[in-house]
Amino acid sequence: MSDLIQLPLHELHVEQGGKMVGFAGYEMPVQYAAGVMKEHLHTRAAAGLFDVSHMGQVILHGDPATIGAAFEALMPVAVLGLGEGRQRYGLLTNDDGGILDDLMFANRGDHLFVVVNAACKADDIAHMRAAMPGVEVEEITDRALLALQGPGAEAALAALAPDVTAMRFMDVRTVTILGAECWVSRSGYTGEDGFEISIPAAKAEEIARALLSDHSVLPIGLGARDSLRLEAGLCLYGHDIDTTTSPVEAALQWAIQKARRPGGDRAGGFPGEARIFRDLTEGAPRKRVGLRPQGRAPMREGVPLFADDATTDQIGAITSGAFGPTIGAPVAMGYVPVDKAADGITLSAELRGKRAAIDTAPLPFTPANFKR
Amino acid sequence: MSDVKYTEEHEWLRVEGDEVVVGITEHAAEQLGDIVFIELPEVGTEVSKDDEVVVIESVKAASDILAPIDGEITEVNEPLVEDPGKVNEDPLNDAWFFKIKPSDPSQMDDYMSEAEYKDLIS
Repeated sequence: MSDLIQLPLHELHVEQGGKMVGFAGYEMPVQYAAGVMKEHLHTRAAAGLFDVSHMGQVILHGDPATIGAAFEALMPVAVLGLGEGRQRYGLLTNDDGGILDDLMFANRGDHLFVVVNAACKADDIAHMRAAMPGVEVEEITDRALLALQGPGAEAALAALAPDVTAMRFMDVRTVTILGAECWVSRSGYTGEDGFEISIPAAKAEEIARALLSDHSVLPIGLGARDSLRLEAGLCLYGHDIDTTTSPVEAALQWAIQKARRPGGDRAGGFPGEARIFRDLTEGAPRKRVGLRPQGRAPMREGVPLFADDATTDQIGAITSGAFGPTIGAPVAMGYVPVDKAADGITLSAELRGKRAAIDTAPLPFTPANFKR
Repeated sequence: MSDVKYTEEHEWLRVEGDEVVVGITEHAAEQLGDIVFIELPEVGTEVSKDDEVVVIESVKAASDILAPIDGEITEVNEPLVEDPGKVNEDPLNDAWFFKIKPSDPSQMDDYMSEAEYKDLIS
């Protein structure tokens, strides 16, 4: 594993029984001793601590009211108008209307703080620098990023920083935790209430240990992170969304605010406007949907979908699939033609050379428990 | 005391009369993680060594269990289908997968003793 980068909490993961694997060039815990199933269920019932330090942390320097216009030229998303201390989900698009990456961005007063996917961060940063020559794009490499998720997250973090209880979903704040300046957002990627906490690398282990000393908090690996986000109906870049999927096909049109849509105050002016506007006004040819296999066998990424058992023309494919521990059954997401995208349509999937029934289903599979 | 052999595929094979009971080792169960789905062969199927006879899926991935020897499947552990997690709880006893009647019992000689298997995984 010598070519993999170790993150600030490496020793803590190993000490906690983390099974370390390569992920996006980093050595990351895929699970701990409890295992994926218990870690998943614990996060939904109490609280889980995730090390997501491999993700890209980027500062776009400048007044968001000014640099927001430049950032809006890269995304079909409203950046201007996002209030100070608030965060929003965004999508970098390409000229074909495909998705280069999905991200979170926050208005932190004198800058925008952006968190991007690990596997995309080098390309994202190069793209932002090239496309926004007047904006200083700084990659933050001296901070860890932790996610504390679950119904017990608020109490666990409030024990170290009482004022986080006042934060609502998608609020961001600078919070002092054990003497360290932390950038906290009330968000995450599990469908549960929780926080993402950017911490100076030198203080990350001390803060992680303090959080783990709370009996309700367990360390959670990438395995459970994946099954949690799948049950929550959230996309994994490179799987559910990529450069070929448009935001509307991906059922992410909620991320495109009215101001950027046809007829809006700042309509268009982003890469892929033609396709995205066409998808918004005429509908996209295909759509990402939830899928529930009728049998017990999990159906994973790549499983082809057909209209029925008798037909051999593939109409779509699964892009994420696994056993959903909270659901107690297999769950999946994938793309199907729009005429098959309504809830409750039975399709046919090919698994190990045999056909099996799978139903379209509403997303998320588990209700979101955000603190609105 | 029964005669138990081990394969490099982390199966255990226990001779019971003229049948061989097949399961996976604790080591294999631990490596697979939480098991969520098991598909068993049909009783009466004639299988050849290395045929894929059982599909086993954990929260992480799908894998196959191969027939360790040629023979006929004489019994399967049907309750595992409803309760796949048993494989994680008790892989060596309750959670056997199938029984096979060998057509060439000498194929069993190729497999490892417990001590040899312990060396393999250590």
